[in-house]
Amino acid sequence: MGVAITGMGIISAIGHSVEENKTSLLASKTGIGDLQHIQTIHSQAIRVGEVSLSNAELTRQLQLPDVHNYTRTGLLGLLAATAALENANIYDCSTYRTGFISSTTVGGMDMTEKYIKQFATDAATQKYIETHHAGDSTQKIADTLGINGLVTTISTACSSAANAIMLGARLIKAGKLDRVLVGGTDALSKFTINGFKTLMIQSDSLCAPFDQHRKGLNLGEAAAYLVLESDAVVQKDKKNVLAYLSGYGNANDAFHQTASSDNGEGAFLAMQKALEIAKLNPNQIDYVNAHGTATPNNDLSESRALQRVFGKKLPDFSSTKSFTGHTLAAAGAVEAVFSILTLQEQYIFPNLNFKTPMPETGLKPITSGVKKEIQHVLSNSFGFGGNCSTLILSKA
Amino acid sequence: MADLRQELKEKIIEQLNLEEFTVADIADDDALFGDGLGLDSIDALELIVMLDKDYGIQLTDPKEGKEIFKSIAILADYITDNRAK
Amino acid sequence: MKKVYINSAVTISAQDTFESDGFLNAVKKLSGKTVAARYPNYKDYIAPANLRRMAEAVKMGVTAASKALKDAKITQPDAIITGTGMGCIDDTEKFLNAIISNDEQFLTPTSFIQSTHNTVGAQIALGLECKAYNNTYSHASVSFEWALIDAQLRLQQEESENVLVGGYEELGKEIITYRRMMEDVDGLGIQVPFGEGASFFVVSSEKTEHSVELIEIGVYSTISTESIQDSLKQFLAKNDLDLSDIDVFVSGRNGDGFDIYYDLTAELFENITQLQYKHLSGEFYTASAFGLWTAYSILSRQEIPEAIIFKGEIKSDSHIILLYNQFKGRDHSFILLKR
Repeated sequence: MGVAITGMGIISAIGHSVEENKTSLLASKTGIGDLQHIQTIHSQAIRVGEVSLSNAELTRQLQLPDVHNYTRTGLLGLLAATAALENANIYDCSTYRTGFISSTTVGGMDMTEKYIKQFATDAATQKYIETHHAGDSTQKIADTLGINGLVTTISTACSSAANAIMLGARLIKAGKLDRVLVGGTDALSKFTINGFKTLMIQSDSLCAPFDQHRKGLNLGEAAAYLVLESDAVVQKDKKNVLAYLSGYGNANDAFHQTASSDNGEGAFLAMQKALEIAKLNPNQIDYVNAHGTATPNNDLSESRALQRVFGKKLPDFSSTKSFTGHTLAAAGAVEAVFSILTLQEQYIFPNLNFKTPMPETGLKPITSGVKKEIQHVLSNSFGFGGNCSTLILSKA
Repeated sequence: MADLRQELKEKIIEQLNLEEFTVADIADDDALFGDGLGLDSIDALELIVMLDKDYGIQLTDPKEGKEIFKSIAILADYITDNRAK
Repeated sequence: MKKVYINSAVTISAQDTFESDGFLNAVKKLSGKTVAARYPNYKDYIAPANLRRMAEAVKMGVTAASKALKDAKITQPDAIITGTGMGCIDDTEKFLNAIISNDEQFLTPTSFIQSTHNTVGAQIALGLECKAYNNTYSHASVSFEWALIDAQLRLQQEESENVLVGGYEELGKEIITYRRMMEDVDGLGIQVPFGEGASFFVVSSEKTEHSVELIEIGVYSTISTESIQDSLKQFLAKNDLDLSDIDVFVSGRNGDGFDIYYDLTAELFENITQLQYKHLSGEFYTASAFGLWTAYSILSRQEIPEAIIFKGEIKSDSHIILLYNQFKGRDHSFILLKR
């Protein structure tokens, strides 16, 4: 059956709550557009999935004091994490052994890149010296939510949140925790915008995952968390289960620091492991929420891996990065939330902007929303360093 | 032309941190990628920036680099024909 | 539950710990604001074509990992798990400074792609062509401990048999100077240099002649000074141990105002050998991995170097070691080892 998911929270370019995200997904409304909050010379040459709220607005919404040292990564994370606990009707984290596993790629970079040249002399900026490291946002969120035991941060580039969710499930299964808040958060930064720019894989128009003429990805920012609870807690507290995390797999492509192998070996292995843990055959997967970043390399490599796993009977698939942009560390959690919505609504969200199949595979994603019976969803997240992770979510 | 080839060799060694190579180790017609110098896709991106920064040549598609970066001789010819600075 | 063993331990540190067969018998006294590690001859371990893009953390990590596998006679681990507090900070700073000084123009990708926290785990996997489970933790002073917890979980749940686990940190150039500046503001900051290093271990479900048993790891995001003693006692009790079962107590003292946590826990161990190590390694988020290397070495060699004694006398044999670390009063960890 897997591990019960009893709550979820999200903030992304397509909404500041699960409900808003669902509305945008059902309406095929993308959140990708022009950059607002960051000053960069590339602003005309990129499109991004930015959260519309400014840091000041997030601060007010979270009822934090005006002066604080939350980075944007921390603010987004706190909002989504708080929402996930509320969604699970958890108001006291001390009643059970509760853990918190977050993830981020660049941590507090959004403040570091603003203030690094002032740290030496401007006392007002020095509160951001200690917020650079990846664990900072996690610590702050944990403290605010009153989670003081098992708290950690995973940073495996773009597969980070999938690995956080996986670790949470393993800790629950091993009986080391009763419940755990898992997911990830990443704010957009000049650092990542310029980084992906150097790799020449950022599109200046809306990204078109799996399309022959795809030009690259749109970066995004988001935070998303799930609440996982043990069967004992679910029974005792008669919890409403949103879905089950039934499988997970992690493998390394061991091919190149940034590029995926031609045959998608790491992706293939991660999917296989997840199916094994879920005790499912490939033909039992009804829908794949693909990693589908819309870079030439990823989409071809992932397509080949999908073909290797599923053979000729490829399930319906789509990449929801055409809605949110690539939210890096948060992507695995964002797409887990979308996968749960898919299971709840029995509805596949479309892969926007797709026109022409790539000649190498001929694969066509789902391009307009479709209602159908869905029992199991497989979700992929791959990152730099060959880190490949897969989650399988199943209907409650 | 010989000067440009020499210059490119020096730049490539320095930019790509090819510590174990000297200018003398790189023949004008040696393959830069694959079996030759062993450069990869990341090096190609480094070279694209070098073309832009030092010679005013802008490539928008990394795939264009495949032909241009075949060898020092080909690269030098391409720069000579297209340089803006 | 399956037992978990540490079968090899390797550290690159500010001391002569990598190339020497000795055990901290000719230590260097550390001074200054920061102290670099003693770098080995990387070319013995890494091909030049791969070395050219690597910053110090990656070089140290890959080298220490390679020796840890060799010492444990393992060619392919079935999981690679690393921990790092600041990650690949050198390339991060390099790329950030290129953005700032070139006004976002003419940037090249190398430092960006090498800047992600998982670069070390990735490069080890690449070098070994190891497609197995691969994960990286980055959570301040328990980054390494979480890598160890993950390894323990994999072994106990029979998901792996031989896990390569490591902690690493590089100094970098800029943020470290600001962090140091903040330490030195009020005299309550750390009294050892900031340091760097890489410590790698093969953790296994199979016992070998060099095995030290890893009984348990406990991590706590926050503990108050009022409850630290109870937390320690509860941790021991959960492992069916009593204070009197502990032969050696190793603490992560760094001389700052939060050493009160070590003083309070030390009160529980008045009559046993108490050790410290950060005066030899320097302070960094994964310095506790150096501490674990020290404890492993004590148990496998049955030898306690003079240089790490904080209090008490050297006893002839030690069976159970407890390590305790925290940084700035949070992210506490206890590790129990048994000969």
